[in-house]
Amino acid sequence: MQREVALIKQSLFDQGYLDEQFMELEELQDDANPNFVEEVSALYFKDSARLINNIDQALERGTFDFNRLDSYMHQFKGSSTSIGASKVKAECTTFREYCRAGNAEGCLRTFQQLKKEHSTLRKKLEHYFQLARQAGPKETARRPK
Amino acid sequence: MMNPSHGRGLGSAGGSSSGRNQGGGETVVEMFPSGLRVLVVDDDPTCLMILERMLRTCLYEVTKCNRAEMALSLLRKNKHGFDIVISDVHMPDMDGFKLLEHVGLEMDLPVIMMSADDSKSVVLKGVTHGAVDYLIKPVRMEALKNIWQHVVRKRRSEWSVPEHSGSIEETGERQQQQHRGGGGGAAVSGGEDAVDDNSSSVNEGNNWRSSSRKRKDEEGEEQGDDKDEDASNLKKPRVVWSVELHQQFVAAVNQLGVEKAVPKKILELMNVPGLTRENVASHLQKYRIYLRRLGGVSQHQGNLNNSFMTGQDASFGPLSTLNGFDLQALAVTGQLPAQSLAQLQAGLGRPAMVSKSGLPVSSIVDERSIFSFDNTKTRFGEGLGHHGQQPQQQPQMNLLHGVPTGLQQQLPMGNRMSIQQQIAAVRAGHSVQNNGMLMPLAGQQSLPRGPPPMLTSSQSSIRQPMLSNRIPERSGFSGRNNIPESSRVLPTGYTNLTTQHSSSAMAYNNFQPELPVNSFPLASAPGLSVPVRKATSYQEEVNSSEAGFTTPSYDMFTTRQNDWDLRNIGIAFDSHQDAESAAFSASEAYSSSSMSRNNTTVAATEHGRNHQQPPPGMVPHHQGYADGNSGSVRVKSERVAADTAAMAFHEQYSNQEDLMSALLKQEGIAPVDGEFDFDAYSIDNIPV
Repeated sequence: MQREVALIKQSLFDQGYLDEQFMELEELQDDANPNFVEEVSALYFKDSARLINNIDQALERGTFDFNRLDSYMHQFKGSSTSIGASKVKAECTTFREYCRAGNAEGCLRTFQQLKKEHSTLRKKLEHYFQLARQAGPKETARRPK
Repeated sequence: MMNPSHGRGLGSAGGSSSGRNQGGGETVVEMFPSGLRVLVVDDDPTCLMILERMLRTCLYEVTKCNRAEMALSLLRKNKHGFDIVISDVHMPDMDGFKLLEHVGLEMDLPVIMMSADDSKSVVLKGVTHGAVDYLIKPVRMEALKNIWQHVVRKRRSEWSVPEHSGSIEETGERQQQQHRGGGGGAAVSGGEDAVDDNSSSVNEGNNWRSSSRKRKDEEGEEQGDDKDEDASNLKKPRVVWSVELHQQFVAAVNQLGVEKAVPKKILELMNVPGLTRENVASHLQKYRIYLRRLGGVSQHQGNLNNSFMTGQDASFGPLSTLNGFDLQALAVTGQLPAQSLAQLQAGLGRPAMVSKSGLPVSSIVDERSIFSFDNTKTRFGEGLGHHGQQPQQQPQMNLLHGVPTGLQQQLPMGNRMSIQQQIAAVRAGHSVQNNGMLMPLAGQQSLPRGPPPMLTSSQSSIRQPMLSNRIPERSGFSGRNNIPESSRVLPTGYTNLTTQHSSSAMAYNNFQPELPVNSFPLASAPGLSVPVRKATSYQEEVNSSEAGFTTPSYDMFTTRQNDWDLRNIGIAFDSHQDAESAAFSASEAYSSSSMSRNNTTVAATEHGRNHQQPPPGMVPHHQGYADGNSGSVRVKSERVAADTAAMAFHEQYSNQEDLMSALLKQEGIAPVDGEFDFDAYSIDNIPV
């Protein structure tokens, strides 16, 4: 079980869903805070869902206030960076570039992509944490080899 | 907890974990930096949670806050409840930089900015606004582990100021200490790059610079061999600038006149028992920066804090402009008799003296400028006879409370005039370039003062070497060297200056006061052959005065150069023969400074800068500004000086040449904002 957990985690890194920052978070987890990473992830997804919502609404309005969109995305990028969600972060960067270029269509497209990545990551992480909890907290705190 | 005696309990930080380091005082000290009380402000809950966790792992006491307003009220309610603040830049309810300003002014706590945005402009802004550090997200543990150094550093500097205030004689001693401690100090304060630069090895006279900067470090070192001791020694009751106290302060300052307000008088007016001049001085610095920001003057603060920008360059720029003016004037009027030069110098020096602590540089910058002012002042006060740079520095150092030692050193150079102007400039929040302009004016005005001729000679000697070096750099400017580039030149000038100082700067001698930035002017006077040898003492004086001027914008480099310039200038003056050349160089210096100013102003036309006065002709970069500029420049220089001063401060911040140039450019271009915001770092076509 633990091995499976470790493998899943490793694949997340290998596939680029997560980066070193995630490892940093794992380092912060200890006996006193055994579920730290999971808690942070949960918080991230909750907060980012709210952001996604805001952006969706802004885009739907069709007015394309690029400054505001850029600002939302800056926040999004900040959070994603902090937990090591690298693919999501990459999409954020692309989105911001389109914003700066004033490319509405590019923004829309990127945003769809971003939502996809975000949701994929969420599912994967949820699965991972679930297994990890089953396998035992100590094991999950290890870094992938 | 650094010192249990402070009464800051672990639990004092509102809600953060408090159990960890409780223990006797000894325990706390031993566990330092554990227990450091950190306030984290970030609207992103994910980041906030992660930061809190990381900080707790470092054994710090953490309080989190997701709104800036809440953070401010927490800080106000609990004045001594925190040791350091970490804040995000982009927040919905208040800009992170604003929070930074408030905290700096009201609570005098070190503030670290952080953001996912790592663009240079934002980082620079952090520095100019006085942040002690800037972290890029994602923040790693390693970055957080060392934040305690900022607290220690700040405390030490607060301590050292009052301790070192004293006679000039101490300066020498101090300098030595500093040099000694410079290394150590530098080690302690990771962010203080200047310390390293300050090592006196660079310039003979550089004592001030290094000493002022290192002084603080020295102090800390002297006090304790290991950081633990320092930490405990740092326990010094901190003055809390409550709203009422601040009101009193502001009232006193307004009464005296923002430009003229000096800590001593402010202290007298406020009449608050237990408040020291140092407290007022450091608060005044911050206040000035704050005003500058409000003024919407573009200050390219590189500050803060800490100076990365080639402050030197910046400072040189302004100085050079000043010098340029003088030179120009001289040139225009014909030879500049040594006497007038002396006057010029004196005049220049004077202003600097006045403004003693006025420089509103951000924490780092301020300190510098303040020092410089002090230095300058001292210099003049002592008259020419005062050769040791140190002496001058001393006064300054003392005056400046909590000002980083680094400043002093820088100032020596040619601050006399510049300081005043700088202060004025700072107030105006003008860009560095302006400073350059102002300076020249200041210098001019002070001409009548009649600086001791000796100074000139020393300066000239120094200058000469510099000039010679510079000249090659400035190839583009035949004869004018500095002019067009004053801002640009600075970066180059600096390098040359340092190396050259001994030789040619004669032309600069005249402008000694102006020169701090002078690195340019020196260069510009290629033709000047100033007797290098001279005057070490004056040079030093000059340097110190200059340094004062440039301080704001100088970081270590600048100061160095100033010294050189001053020397050269001094030298030039002495040798009458040089006077002519000096005048020439001076004019060049002015021209360049004015030019740069002009350029900036021109660019800033839309901003309605006053200093734009120079005729449109000035705009073209490097044309024969000298003539045109001198006149108009003079007038403007006053105004510009203010700007330049502001710029100078900015300058200090950015170490990088390109940044500086970008800043300089920007200064001229977008001054009004009052915010330091460089979009482009490219230097506009300043003919180099």
